[in-house]
Amino acid sequence: MRNPQLNEHGELQHLLSIEGLPREIITHIMDTASSFLEVSDREVKKVPLLRGKSVFNLFFENSTRTRTTFEIAATRLSADVVNLDVRTSSTSKGESLLDTIDNLAAMHADMFVVRHAQSGAPYMIASHVGPDINVINAGDGRHAHPTQGLLDMYTIRHFKKDFSNLTVAVVGDILHSRVARSDIHALTSLGVPEVRAIGPLTLLPPGLEQMGVRVFTDMREGLKGVDVIMMLRLQNERMRGALLPSAQEFFKHYGLTAEKLALAKPDAIVMHPGPMNRGVEIESAVADGTQSVILKQVTFGIAVRMAVMSILAGGR
Amino acid sequence: MKITISNGRLVDVAAGLDRIGHLHVDGGRVAAIDAQPSGFVAERVIDASGLVVCPGLIDLSARLREPGFEYKATLESEMQAALAGGVTSLVCPPDTDPVLDEPGLVEMLKHRARSLDQAHLYPLGALTVGLKGEVLTEMAELAEAGCVGFSQANEALVDTQVMARAMQYARSFGFTVWLRPQDAFLARGGVAHSGPVSGRLGLSGVPVSAETVALHTIFELIRSNGCRVHLCRLSSAAGVELVRLAKREGLPVTADVAVHHLHLTDVDIGYFDTSCRVEPPFRSQRDREALGAALADGTIDAVCSDHTPVDDDAKLLPFGEAEPGVTGLELLLPLALSWAQRAGVPMATAIARMTTDAARIAGCEGGSLAVGSIADICLFDPQAHWVVSPATLRSQGHHTPFAQRELQGRVRATLVGGRVAFG
Repeated sequence: MRNPQLNEHGELQHLLSIEGLPREIITHIMDTASSFLEVSDREVKKVPLLRGKSVFNLFFENSTRTRTTFEIAATRLSADVVNLDVRTSSTSKGESLLDTIDNLAAMHADMFVVRHAQSGAPYMIASHVGPDINVINAGDGRHAHPTQGLLDMYTIRHFKKDFSNLTVAVVGDILHSRVARSDIHALTSLGVPEVRAIGPLTLLPPGLEQMGVRVFTDMREGLKGVDVIMMLRLQNERMRGALLPSAQEFFKHYGLTAEKLALAKPDAIVMHPGPMNRGVEIESAVADGTQSVILKQVTFGIAVRMAVMSILAGGR
Repeated sequence: MKITISNGRLVDVAAGLDRIGHLHVDGGRVAAIDAQPSGFVAERVIDASGLVVCPGLIDLSARLREPGFEYKATLESEMQAALAGGVTSLVCPPDTDPVLDEPGLVEMLKHRARSLDQAHLYPLGALTVGLKGEVLTEMAELAEAGCVGFSQANEALVDTQVMARAMQYARSFGFTVWLRPQDAFLARGGVAHSGPVSGRLGLSGVPVSAETVALHTIFELIRSNGCRVHLCRLSSAAGVELVRLAKREGLPVTADVAVHHLHLTDVDIGYFDTSCRVEPPFRSQRDREALGAALADGTIDAVCSDHTPVDDDAKLLPFGEAEPGVTGLELLLPLALSWAQRAGVPMATAIARMTTDAARIAGCEGGSLAVGSIADICLFDPQAHWVVSPATLRSQGHHTPFAQRELQGRVRATLVGGRVAFG
């Protein structure tokens, strides 16, 4: 079975998941992102790489923040951007997902940026569209959020230079997190020797060990000596369904505080994909502290998304 | 009509047959084996050289989708598929629309099937009204209308008091209750086996404990109520082990497995292939091997297709939204044969699990080549290779994880009640 995100030459045709992505491609995306970083500092924040191309943002699930970063990235590449909040348009009138895709493809879209509540939905779209359309997964269910994973790797590389001697901890609701899955695949692909998952057993998916991850239920134990702490957002609805008793108890045991942060290496960096729940998974003093690189992640996110889009557009 | 099937390899474990011979059919029954009865003059002779001649297959679970889901399949299309697959008897779950919970509906369905005059149809009645798990159906009336057992199909029976009473009531009349062991709470929201694959793909999991907890509950209720229970679609090694212990204890239970579970695991989901969205979900390789071993040693009594035609609109969706089910009537025989070959199980055993053993569970005619048996007969070429091409399947359901696979064993003719219905 060929990895559906690569074409027959092994080049990136779609970006659907970090799993199965060759290390060279991940590195190439990061290197390309570096060259785009300075574009954002220019007076005229534009390069003409995607001039004349149409990028369709298809958000079947709401997310103003992620959509905006893709929109900015596409605009800086001079693409035409069409934002479709699909939830409130055709699909709510009963049109099937693939009908919607066919219609948009007929409008000569060049690229679909897809967010969907169901794991795997971008795979279905990618296998349905013709070879002249690229699909970028902007988050599907609990499965993957590859651009977030890539920008997280970019951030780590920026601050730590080398992946080969790092210990990285991913903390919180890993079960429901597409970000965590993408980060874990990226970290192991880039050769990080120790990836840790920290959380209560109700929020850890089965099979983490097979993904090359050490599991900790005790956050203090798990944070000892780590170089990077990747916090995850805790959705409020997790209190339902008997996964957690309360946000307070979660914060007490799995929230990142200055006191727990002190267990990590002194130069450890703190990351969060946003939006943050201050006082639930992270304390404000840490989120705004000197070790936090959370806003850097946002800045790098634009450059990484520009890199992905330009590589996809140039690949054909 | 008098028919002689000559020179075929007659295979029927119950009749002690596995040799080349001739079979003579008269008046819809097997009249004789080898030497033809005096005065018998065949009106038609079928040369079965190189073919296996076995009882027509009895499929313990085939959804024909009538009434209510005619856009997914019809009796006409699915009966054709059955005969092309060598299946002469179909046990149909009650999850139609409306649900088979009233004698009138069962009579209508039986009437439709009789007028088509193809495979025999044996409906399962709903165990509870509307399959809602609350109120018992008129089981005695439904049995009179033609139901061979009572089932919840894939619907949950959450209320254990209702389950206990349904068993007691069924036992009063000697009926068998057909249950798919799955705890509704543990399975809630799950679309794939709970394990490394679902964890990686971000799909909600159905843990093995959903099956084992349900089995423990069912066995405990059998211990106190004594009802005969047929366990539908086992999926796990742990479940198989519990069934083995229950049988050793002497509990009146039988069990089946869907033929695709003998071949596939959760890894086959690959990149969210919705043709692998089935209920119960494909589990690990260890589970698959345990299911095969249990079918070989008889812990699992029968193998069925769990045929479920699903239309494109319901299948071409993201994995978690896709309707579970695969087409199977035309694949049951070759998939069972290839399982037997791979597992080193005699072909005759594999055939028995779809014929003799299935007839015993359904309490229906057929499943035998013995003289006097109904002449439901399947003739197949065990050497014929063919590639599964969904578009050419007779079933209206075209979704199968075996598309483009090469299979061995192809039905050449099917007789129902002594009449050549296919081939």
